[in-house]
Amino acid sequence: MKHLLIAAGILSATSAIAADKPQLTVFTYDSFVSDWGPGPQVKEAFEAVCDCELNLVGVEDGAALLSRIRLEGENSDADVVLGLDTNLIAAAKETGLFAPSSVSAEYTLPVEWNDDVFAPYDWGYFAFVHNADAAAPANFRELADGDTKIIIQDPRSSTPGLGLLLWVKAAYGDEAPEIWAGLADNIVTVTKGWSEAYGLFLEGEADMVLSYTTSPAYHLIAEEDASKAAAAFDEGHYMQVEVAGKLAGTNQPELADQFLQFMVSDAFQQIIPTTNWMYPAVTPAAGLPEGFDTLTVPEKSLLLDSDQAAAVRDEALAEWLGALSQ
Amino acid sequence: MAGRAQPVNPTPGIGAATLIAVLILGTLAAVALRADSASGFGPADWSALRFTLVQAVLSAIFSAGLAVPVARALARRRFRGRAVLIALLGAPFILPVIVAIIGLLQVFGRAGWISDVLAVFGLPPIRIYGLHGVVLAHVFFNLPLATRLILQGWQEIPSERFRLAAQLGCNGWAMFRLIEMPMLARILPGVLAVVFAICLTSFAVALTLGGGPRATTIELAIYQAFTYDFNLGRAALLSGVQLVLTATAALAALRFSRGDGFGAGLDRSIRRWDEGTRAFDAFWISAAAVFLLLPLTSVVISGLSGVFEISVLVYRAALISVLVAAASTVVLLLLALPMAMTVATGRYGIVELCGILGLAASPLVIGTGLFILIRPLANPTVLALPVTALVNAVMALPFALRILVPSTREVVAQYGRLALSLDMSRWSFVTRILLPRLRPQIGFAAGLAAALSTGDLGVIALFADAQIATLPLQIYRLMGAYQMEAAAGGALLLLALSMGAFWLLDRGGRWHAEA
Repeated sequence: MKHLLIAAGILSATSAIAADKPQLTVFTYDSFVSDWGPGPQVKEAFEAVCDCELNLVGVEDGAALLSRIRLEGENSDADVVLGLDTNLIAAAKETGLFAPSSVSAEYTLPVEWNDDVFAPYDWGYFAFVHNADAAAPANFRELADGDTKIIIQDPRSSTPGLGLLLWVKAAYGDEAPEIWAGLADNIVTVTKGWSEAYGLFLEGEADMVLSYTTSPAYHLIAEEDASKAAAAFDEGHYMQVEVAGKLAGTNQPELADQFLQFMVSDAFQQIIPTTNWMYPAVTPAAGLPEGFDTLTVPEKSLLLDSDQAAAVRDEALAEWLGALSQ
Repeated sequence: MAGRAQPVNPTPGIGAATLIAVLILGTLAAVALRADSASGFGPADWSALRFTLVQAVLSAIFSAGLAVPVARALARRRFRGRAVLIALLGAPFILPVIVAIIGLLQVFGRAGWISDVLAVFGLPPIRIYGLHGVVLAHVFFNLPLATRLILQGWQEIPSERFRLAAQLGCNGWAMFRLIEMPMLARILPGVLAVVFAICLTSFAVALTLGGGPRATTIELAIYQAFTYDFNLGRAALLSGVQLVLTATAALAALRFSRGDGFGAGLDRSIRRWDEGTRAFDAFWISAAAVFLLLPLTSVVISGLSGVFEISVLVYRAALISVLVAAASTVVLLLLALPMAMTVATGRYGIVELCGILGLAASPLVIGTGLFILIRPLANPTVLALPVTALVNAVMALPFALRILVPSTREVVAQYGRLALSLDMSRWSFVTRILLPRLRPQIGFAAGLAAALSTGDLGVIALFADAQIATLPLQIYRLMGAYQMEAAAGGALLLLALSMGAFWLLDRGGRWHAEA
């Protein structure tokens, strides 16, 4: 009984200390906060410098994250939202819920970055991942003409799926429907999310799966398995740039700014490559982890800016649905 | 109280049904009221509606249709391993969707076991993707459930009826026509309605096995409305359509499943004198066993290679899942038993209808609606686990009612008048007569609820924070982090836990009876 009382005392004392500290709430996607994602390390690193408590809240994926913010509206619990990408920025800005931030950094993105509301924290190229011992097509036309089987994700429910849609649109413009019609017989199936697609690919259900050029790095670094490679497409690879922004309604504006600035510092950036399996937005002083040098680097980067992406999204989806529903 | 005196009190059941209706319609209304603009039905929605209906109808017909010979064979035969087989029948239903999809395709996919065998003979791989693939997957999920429900119908026929039929020299066909057909006529409509309702809200399975956007269901359109378009009005409208479709199916089922029971028996164990053709029954039992157990075997084999990668985090999630399942099972019984009693009094069909709505409601709409409703009052994240337990219970309710209602009705009909004439209090009737006689059904319903709750992702994904994760959520997270092998290990653990819970409760209910 006495021990219990002491334990209870200690417990309430620590929670009292915790309560005195300012709290910063960051909404992000679920895989960021998972025990295998960057979340736990980021929390530890930021709390070591901020004299605050960092609450990371996970919401399914980027698109669901934005829906949550819209649902909560002006009195959202979130101070910062981390995990939107360029395809969601226009819709996010339209809500008027986000405030400009003062983050500055020497970004090492392959594209110029000058958005005053959202700051990037990592990026990657979409790519088809295949077994390294199998030959891969060199572009979408070759893929469509051959009999390589692929698994892709549905753009209506998955971020990579939407990325592929914009990839084809950015590379081929008005010819996109023709490309999709050609790809129709290569597509084994379309999945709800990335995990189903990647899992089925690993089981051998298809020759290639839509993922990222950085996916082989996971197998190489975490599993010491060099059997996966990403196919380099000569029309260029569409990029995903993941960003974070501060909410206008935050009651911790300084702390939110501090977090966003911390986000582009080495302490945060060096966690990214081997937890989120993406390229850091600012290459840390120590460089990229060993193994990243073996990755496919596209010769050309494709990225529609956020307004363009929002403008062509629905048209591209209609073309995709039309071509694959035949 | 007007009308005939009843041995059970209908009021608590009406209260429970009202609670369910408020939860489901209230959350839908909450979503609809947050919408900025009204929304109509576009051409894409019509084609989604058409595909959803076609696949759900076909899935229901095939699941229930195939379940009849399987259940009949299981009802007529006694063999070693029968109890284990019946327990394993529950397994496909409780797997997380993503695990089941991969397990199914390991057997039926382009690179699956069957295609491997075909390749040995120089044949091309089977083409699984398409409407037939969707139906195959839904039969995989629902055949076991349909079989269990129909088998229960067989077991509820008093053994005296079979004895009498045998004495009168009924052969197999007469036995089927006189005893088994009337039973099926009562049970099948409900089974069809339940499977139809389950398949109506299919999304990931339909899309993946359907092979692409041709296989767009209403549930996918709801998801798209929430995340891709953020059009709450459209989400609420589509969800309303699901509710109407399910309610229509449920009403039709209630209408067609009227019929008299078999009267009371002396609870002797059932013995059959119509042996029939052994080969026929053996065929159906082994065909069903192979069809259902092959994908499970592949899940187990994948899981075994990942079993040593199950981390302490996964075990912690498993513990949370077990606690949620326990709470969910208690909530389920507190809702289902009073509702079954109310339905058994024969005058509240609406109560049964409320019960089935839990299946029709899109989890996404319930989750979002609850989120909108809870948020002004409390932090939804803190309530993640209780809300998950509640929603899981509501989702399991239609199954529990299908299991409990027929027997409750029978008990009330057979013993109700006797109890009233003895001036037995309602409480005594329930505790001394009804509950003891319902023990096998309560065990089955509780087992199913516990297993479903353990395996279902439910609404936790909408509410969870970093610290709280159930086992299904943790499996999804592992897969999202490339850790497919550890995820497979987690899935095996989940399968074991769910089956364990199901076995324990189901057996607990039937300890005195032969299965």
